[in-house]
Amino acid sequence: MKGVAVTGMGIISSIGVNLEESFNSLQSGKDGISFPEILPTSYKNLLVGEIKLNNAELSEILDLPKTHSYTRAALLGTHAIKELLNNSKYDQFPEDTGFISGTSIGGIDMTEKHFYDFSENAEYQKYIQAQHPGFTTEKIAEYFDLSGTVTTISTACSSAANAIMMGARMIQSRKLKRVIVGGSDCLTKFTLNGFNSLKILSPQKSKPFDHNRDGLNLGEAAGYLLLEAEAVIRDKPVLGRVSGYGNANDAFHQTASSENGEGAYQAISKALNKAGISASEIDYINAHGTGTKNNDLSESVALKRIFGDNVPDFSSTKGFTGHTLGAAGAIEAIFSLLSIQKENMFPNLNFNAEMYETGLIPVSKLQNKQIGTVLSNSFGFGGNCTSLIFQKDG
Amino acid sequence: MGKIYINGISSISPQSESIFETENPKQYKENILSAVELDFKSLIKPVMLRRMSKAVKMALFCSKQALLEAKIEMPDAILVGTGQGCMKDTEKFMTHMLESEEGLLSPTSFIQSTHNTVAGQIALDLKCKGHNMTFSQNAVSFESALLDAILQLEEEHVKNILVGGVDEISNEFTGFQKLDGQIKSDNINNIDLYASKTSGTIISESAAFFSITSKKTPESFTELKDVEIINSMAASELNAKIENFLERNNIKITEIDAVILGKNGDSRFDHYYDTLQNGMFSEKCQLGFKHLVGDNNSVSSYALFLASKILKENKIPEIFKLNTLNCDNPRNILIYNQYLGKNHGLILIQSL
Amino acid sequence: MSDLHTELKQSIIQQLNLEDMEVSEIENDEHLFGDGLGLDSIDALELIVLLEKDYGIKLTDPNQGKEIFNSINSMADFIEKNRIR
Repeated sequence: MKGVAVTGMGIISSIGVNLEESFNSLQSGKDGISFPEILPTSYKNLLVGEIKLNNAELSEILDLPKTHSYTRAALLGTHAIKELLNNSKYDQFPEDTGFISGTSIGGIDMTEKHFYDFSENAEYQKYIQAQHPGFTTEKIAEYFDLSGTVTTISTACSSAANAIMMGARMIQSRKLKRVIVGGSDCLTKFTLNGFNSLKILSPQKSKPFDHNRDGLNLGEAAGYLLLEAEAVIRDKPVLGRVSGYGNANDAFHQTASSENGEGAYQAISKALNKAGISASEIDYINAHGTGTKNNDLSESVALKRIFGDNVPDFSSTKGFTGHTLGAAGAIEAIFSLLSIQKENMFPNLNFNAEMYETGLIPVSKLQNKQIGTVLSNSFGFGGNCTSLIFQKDG
Repeated sequence: MGKIYINGISSISPQSESIFETENPKQYKENILSAVELDFKSLIKPVMLRRMSKAVKMALFCSKQALLEAKIEMPDAILVGTGQGCMKDTEKFMTHMLESEEGLLSPTSFIQSTHNTVAGQIALDLKCKGHNMTFSQNAVSFESALLDAILQLEEEHVKNILVGGVDEISNEFTGFQKLDGQIKSDNINNIDLYASKTSGTIISESAAFFSITSKKTPESFTELKDVEIINSMAASELNAKIENFLERNNIKITEIDAVILGKNGDSRFDHYYDTLQNGMFSEKCQLGFKHLVGDNNSVSSYALFLASKILKENKIPEIFKLNTLNCDNPRNILIYNQYLGKNHGLILIQSL
Repeated sequence: MSDLHTELKQSIIQQLNLEDMEVSEIENDEHLFGDGLGLDSIDALELIVLLEKDYGIKLTDPNQGKEIFNSINSMADFIEKNRIR
């Protein structure tokens, strides 16, 4: 099974406003973790992966009229897709281009900002609809005149990975010839306070897979891929292929992952099955690796169940960007594809000591390696586990 | 696309399921309609129930009923369409956070607020580890879930799916929809919805779930033929889109027996439906449902429930009719819905 | 049974949405988690919030909760020793 062609990418996160900047950061080990300056939170001491462009600056870059009603997630998403479009051979996307976007909270940044304004000030009422995720997706779609199949997947931290999976399926099923897939999520007080109340935020830079890890750092980002059917690729360079995917539910607990990583195990198994490959063919894993006690153990157990004593080279890139929630699956898909293209494994930052329970050691320094096949994991609240497999074209 | 059979259906809305027989609907003189309260305890354990929002309760209840009717114990996949998810919990956490100025906060409502809580809770209750997806795309949230259902059933190992739509109301967030004109400013009686000449509509909460399979079973009673979503189009493009959709499924317009329209009394956008009522489907039995159950992001799931019930019982209750044309032995039903002129959804079903 | 014991039971019923429960149905030495009342890890987080909100006790390590929340008795003991309010 050849896999669906990726012919375009676009990204923005705290480590870069485009592919080139992102790659440079990944190569030089430069993380984007800092204290919040743009997010109007009183938790100035909580480290985040914040994109240092405020909404006004983003709006100006995108040339939006002053009266626009774009949420921050919509601004980020549009920015990322603009890069994708600029890098493609299209002046504008063909009419039949689909759009599937993942987000956890979409435009709730505007809801929390204007909650008390709505009844007093008609000027802000344009943001009332921002409370539901589809609004943010539509704003992005509007910018690029995408008017056909447009939808939003909202499954917490696996949203963007699920969007990529669905897009690939739509192409393989001949329902679409091309589709933009990925996700966007911005920092909000809602999520920062929410994760804080769950006591899973780290007071320092997160340490994925480290024995002394103590939580995650939240981040914001947007990342999108352009997937195209064989018939319409023509002479465009194929950046990689989505050859495997799978989703499963842990069905264990609302927020915690099961001890034996069952959901993860099943998602990875499905992805391998779809790709028609055995576990030994995986060259590198971009792990979910959030830095929480629970996820990293559960994911490690799942990896050991799948790979036995031969767990391939793996790293989590969340030490760079923070956990970007609904966008994570997409930016990490892009990092996976960059791994293949540039023959690099990006380091799992802040790692010192392996977990006693598993003894697994991630790649902690930039390494060169010929990579043909990458497994990328994204596991979300509600037990939602998704794994994607990317392969080199040809 | 292989065949898809509907074997079990269940719905909760501002109307009782008995209106199909009694034809005596509840009348509301307000513009925000709550779903009827049912004895959720009869199917859901109290220790689970205590944390559940109305959306989760309705969805889980309907899921269990649909699976019961279909005689299926464990679905291979769970797909949910919900425009606004567990809105009450989102609102609760939001208001506490804002009022306490990011002070000490209780986590439960945050945990419950993620949109995929509904699908996640159903999986937890049924212990279903299969494919689990949540779509939140405004008025096509449910149609998106149906699209995924079609894709899933192409997989060999997926033989039966639980798919549904649910949305709930909440004080503040739903209240905001009065401010931006989504909800009519003057209270009307729901029965008079289509006579209203003002903008806005009446908002409600509802749920409808379906157990569907790729193989016919003794419980099968209708066939889901196809689904399409179109984000935006002018009313002038509607005819061509529908013709295309039907042609793809080898069905002529003349073979459509009834159309169910998401007409919602919003004078700004009902012209989409008028175009069809006065044109393409002027000679067909036309049905509406939002005058009975209100409007929300996943209410097209109720439309599919209605269509399925009509084909199952071979009967079209008068209370749903928009015109006086009758239809004996309906075979093909087309559902068309949109909201605020966007997120257009088409669903086609056929009797067995 | 002290006022604190009753107060705790009332708070737990309210905070954890145990709608159909009465104060008299919760035994002082009954296990709150696992067998017994059947509370889970989300409830544990809620109880940590309760400790801080009502009694001014900040638990920095959620794992301490396991012993403290064993029963109403153990909760009351801990609160008596550590309360600020």
